[in-house]
This record gives sequence, structure tokens and C-alpha cells, in this order.
Amino acid sequence: MSLGAREVGSARFSAGQAVRVKDSKPEQVARLHLRTPHYARGRIGRVERVLGTFPNPEDIAFNRPAEPRVLYHVLFDQPPVWGEGQQGDTLLIELFEHWLEEA
Amino acid sequence: MATQPPRAESLALLDKLVTALKRRGIVSEEEIAQKQASADRANPMTGARMVARAWTDPEWRALLLRDGTAAAEAMGISMRGNPPLGVLEDTAKVHHLVVCTLCSCYPRAIIGYPPHWYKSAAYRSRAVREPRAVLAEFGTVLPAGIQVRVVDSTADFRWMVLPMRPEGTEGWTEDQLTALVTRDHLVGVSLPDAGGKASRAA
Repeated sequence: MSLGAREVGSARFSAGQAVRVKDSKPEQVARLHLRTPHYARGRIGRVERVLGTFPNPEDIAFNRPAEPRVLYHVLFDQPPVWGEGQQGDTLLIELFEHWLEEA
Repeated sequence: MATQPPRAESLALLDKLVTALKRRGIVSEEEIAQKQASADRANPMTGARMVARAWTDPEWRALLLRDGTAAAEAMGISMRGNPPLGVLEDTAKVHHLVVCTLCSCYPRAIIGYPPHWYKSAAYRSRAVREPRAVLAEFGTVLPAGIQVRVVDSTADFRWMVLPMRPEGTEGWTEDQLTALVTRDHLVGVSLPDAGGKASRAA
């Protein structure tokens, strides 16, 4: 990709690796701007691809100096997320590294 | 769906904001005009041309999938100031459907403005939870065995679907193929179909 591909070396996770989205709701204790959907929190997925490095939107939203963060495309099985749906269907979500942990 | 005319108080507020931004030297009239011009130029035909070329030129298809931004630039589309473009390849096993559950992220540089429904709470909440029901409401029935992959556009990329080339389009020119592809195909709510055009041409 045009942006970020050169920084892939600094990524903590690699394609194919299982990751868990942190199950936290920091927006309940402070006013925040987050790009991690609620339905994905606590879910286990697999890194599809490292997308590059981008300034942290959680800082940009408040006009603070934004640290670069690694962004991943993470694939999840869809039925476990909602307790319904068709086997084999999936969700592909862009998630920042600081929201992910090893699963 | 008909859109409401802008409210007078909204226009007055916008006018005050633009005046303040200009006074502080944050934007100029020229920059606003440039942005307006590029927004007016952007429309789904650009994405359709990219898809049609991918259907006919394997080398270009590989570039499009590897680096959508570079592929757009190679077609003469300025991507400066736009988020990187990612392209999702539909196959005989997987169909992609794009949604932005958090707001309305959309590859505007190559598709133009998102339609009203793309920004609606109904589409944003349902596409991610019951994509097959949403597809059915768009009249889209996927062939058996195809998995749905919902792509939630949550962050810095903008996503476009590269649909499969429809059957019955063998030997078609790039222009003919371009005319088959609509905005809805690039979002993934429906699939291009040569049926109507082929029978009309016959």
C-alpha cells in the first residue's frame, strides 16, 4: 500500500496471527473518540494484513499530537459476534495495535 | 429518496464558519473552489472504469489489488489529500459488502458522495449484523456456496469492491464493461449482471 508499508517491520502482530480485541469501554469514564466498534470488543479474530501506520485518531479528534500506530485488517467469524448468521460468513475490521492483544 | 433543502440557520452557521476560517487564514476561497471542483468530478464512473480495466488487464488488476491508490493515480485520478484506497476482490467463494458502522467512510475520490442509505442508521447497523437480509432487500441473491465478508470501514482506509466479471461479457470492450458497473456494485450491495444488456444487444 502507498502509506505505511515501509513501517510494517515494527508491527507487533503478523498476518495469520490470532488476536483478541481488548474488552474495555474507556468511553464510559471519559469523553473519547474511538474507532473500535463495540461489537468487536473482546472478540478473537485473525490478522489478515498489516495495513500500515497512521496517526492515532483518538488524539487527532482532540487536536493533540498524534502518535503513529500500526493498523491491521482483522478477520472475525460473523455468527459468534451476534449469536446468529450463516456459518462461514465473516467480518473484516480495521483495528489499531493498541486495541489488540495476543489470543 | 428526496433530500431536504438546507435549513436557513444551517446556511447562516456555515457562512459564519467559512468567514472565520478565511479571516484566520486557515482556508482560502481558492482552496474551497478546488475542493468543490474535485468533489464534483468524483463519481462512480471512475470506480467503474477501474473495475472494467481490472477485468481486461491482469497486470493492472494486480496493481489495483496491491495498491488501490497507486492504481487510481495511474489512471490520472489525483489521490492527494485522500485516504489510501483498498480494493476487495470478490471470488467464487467470497463476496464483500462495505459498511462504515461508526460514521460514513466511503471512497469519495473514486465513487463520489455516498448515497443517503449508506449513511443511514439502518444500513450501518444491519449490514454488519444481517448482511444477507440487507442484500436480499437490494434484490441480491448470492449463488450457493458464496460466503459474505462484511468490511467495516472503521479507520484510515477507504474500501471499494472489485466484483467478479459477469458471465456473457466475453469479448466486450472496456467501455462496454464500464457501462455495466454501478455505484452499488462498488459498495457490494448488488452484483453486475450482463443479462439485460446482452439480451437488448441481441
